[in-house]
Amino acid sequence: MGSWVIARLTFHEASRRWVMWAALLLGLIFLIVFAVGFSEIHKQIERNPVAAGPSRLMVNEIFNMMFMAGLYVVNFLTIIMTVLTSVDTLAGEINTGTIHTMVSKPIRRWEIVMGKWLGFVGMLSLYLLFMGGGVIIIIYLISGYIAPNIPAGLAMMWVNMTLLLGISLMGGAWLSTLANGVLVFGLYGIAFIGGWIEQFGSFLGIESAMNIGIVCSLIMPSEAIWKRAAYEMQSPVVSALGGFSFFSGSTVPSPLMVGYSLFYAFSVMAMAIYLFQRRDL
Amino acid sequence: MQALACMSTNFHMFYAAFTSMSQIPPAIETKRLCKVFGSKTAVSDLSLTVECGEVFGFLGPNGAGKTTSVKMLLGLISPTSGDGKLFGYPLSDTDVRKQVGFLPEHFRFHDWLTGREFLALHAELYKMPRQAIQKRIDELLELVNLTPHQDKRLKTYSKGMLQRVGLAQALLNKPKLVILDEPTSGLDPVGRRMVRDIIRDLRSQGTTVFLNSHLLSEVEITCDRVAFIKFGEVIRISALQSLVEGELSVQFRARNLNSETISGLSHWSQNVRADGEHLSLTLDGEADLPEINRYLVERGVDVYAMEPQKVSLEDLFIEIVGTDGGL
Repeated sequence: MGSWVIARLTFHEASRRWVMWAALLLGLIFLIVFAVGFSEIHKQIERNPVAAGPSRLMVNEIFNMMFMAGLYVVNFLTIIMTVLTSVDTLAGEINTGTIHTMVSKPIRRWEIVMGKWLGFVGMLSLYLLFMGGGVIIIIYLISGYIAPNIPAGLAMMWVNMTLLLGISLMGGAWLSTLANGVLVFGLYGIAFIGGWIEQFGSFLGIESAMNIGIVCSLIMPSEAIWKRAAYEMQSPVVSALGGFSFFSGSTVPSPLMVGYSLFYAFSVMAMAIYLFQRRDL
Repeated sequence: MQALACMSTNFHMFYAAFTSMSQIPPAIETKRLCKVFGSKTAVSDLSLTVECGEVFGFLGPNGAGKTTSVKMLLGLISPTSGDGKLFGYPLSDTDVRKQVGFLPEHFRFHDWLTGREFLALHAELYKMPRQAIQKRIDELLELVNLTPHQDKRLKTYSKGMLQRVGLAQALLNKPKLVILDEPTSGLDPVGRRMVRDIIRDLRSQGTTVFLNSHLLSEVEITCDRVAFIKFGEVIRISALQSLVEGELSVQFRARNLNSETISGLSHWSQNVRADGEHLSLTLDGEADLPEINRYLVERGVDVYAMEPQKVSLEDLFIEIVGTDGGL
């Protein structure tokens, strides 16, 4: 199948480029810094042994906070990696004409788009697993703490990555590399600021601010999906108190929002295929 | 040499007749293909037929719509209107492209691949059987003299080497139709000869070649028929042999020419130019030459020299397309 050839090519290309290796190296440095930092905090806390009970819960709360901070960075880095590696893939190949010898082969255009999607998803999933797994393992090895619902949380982060990837491929089938970058980061910016407006709105009980946040989540649900991921993995204490957490938020995106995000990711891919199919090369 | 060329033309005419008799669809057939980009019409009315086994030259000034036409044939650009077929299948059919090889004008490839990896990738895109791929790549690397460079990355290749590996890519699946867009543009004389030899080999194997080139000497040597295109329209399609052999350009050096004598020459030629003692005209053949000479002498013209020359494709190009076409 043609998509498989393109997927392998995409994967192969990433492995030959310094950007992926640089990202892995910097990721490794991040994990080392995280491990050293966490281990110092852990040492300080464990210096005064705490018994089971409320104080144990408090300690776990701190570990969970550190865990969330780590994953927040991983989520952000994964998004950046997704955009930086894929923003140029269609737009650049159309611009240079590299695409000409490929599209004139017995391969359907949707196979090219899907192949690229598969290749990037494979590569970025490994990146997410390496970084997210790194944070989880570091915390577990140092403190023995395991956050709840890790698979569900990572799955949400994965959905977030496919969202961004879909938009980037859609823009690439239609815009220049630069315009595509502006589009993807622009949408991400809207989601980001919308998320914070909603968070403060809900904290202070300002309905209009919350509504702005919801509209932003509909335009681009990436921040909402992260909040859902954070909600899944947050400490049960926070959930029980329904309190404000720096990384999740007091309003939890509903499963409907998760469904909407999946629909969104699917739609942008369908649009990417449609636009690439119609594009004069 | 000429006899050989004649035989080849006869063979191709016979071949064309044979293919039409047995209802084999032409390699390329377009009817009123048109492409409009916004307010600009790139191709306005492209109608042509290329029979199987022909080497077909596609000529025209820059901006005439040649590359757009080629891209429409390959499904890279969808026509605004009109209809086209490759081997009887619509241009949008993906599977027919298994039989088509293409070398684009601006050959940009994945330059992080080695020459061999690049060919293997395209062989896979052709869905070639796995066991046949390596053997075919070896053959082609040999053909384009890149065997010693096969494991170097394309980014280290010179322009000529890229052109050659691109050509090998176009031949991977032993296509029945090869579309070459300016195949000799980056090549030195040795490379050009190699391309010419490859085209000749393809012809002898019965492969159809569609050659888009503005290097007229290449076209003159390799093509059976040529189409002239201007402002996105085919303005003439002719067999190259009849085009070049039919017309004759004659240069005279003569004195005592007067305007009445010169205008009398229009009896034989529509294209008469006089400049001092230099007189030139084009004829359909050499049969009229003695009579023209007699005419001039009888009118008291002193003829010092009379040099008949075959019209080059370049002259024809300028005559048919004009000098205003280059954009």
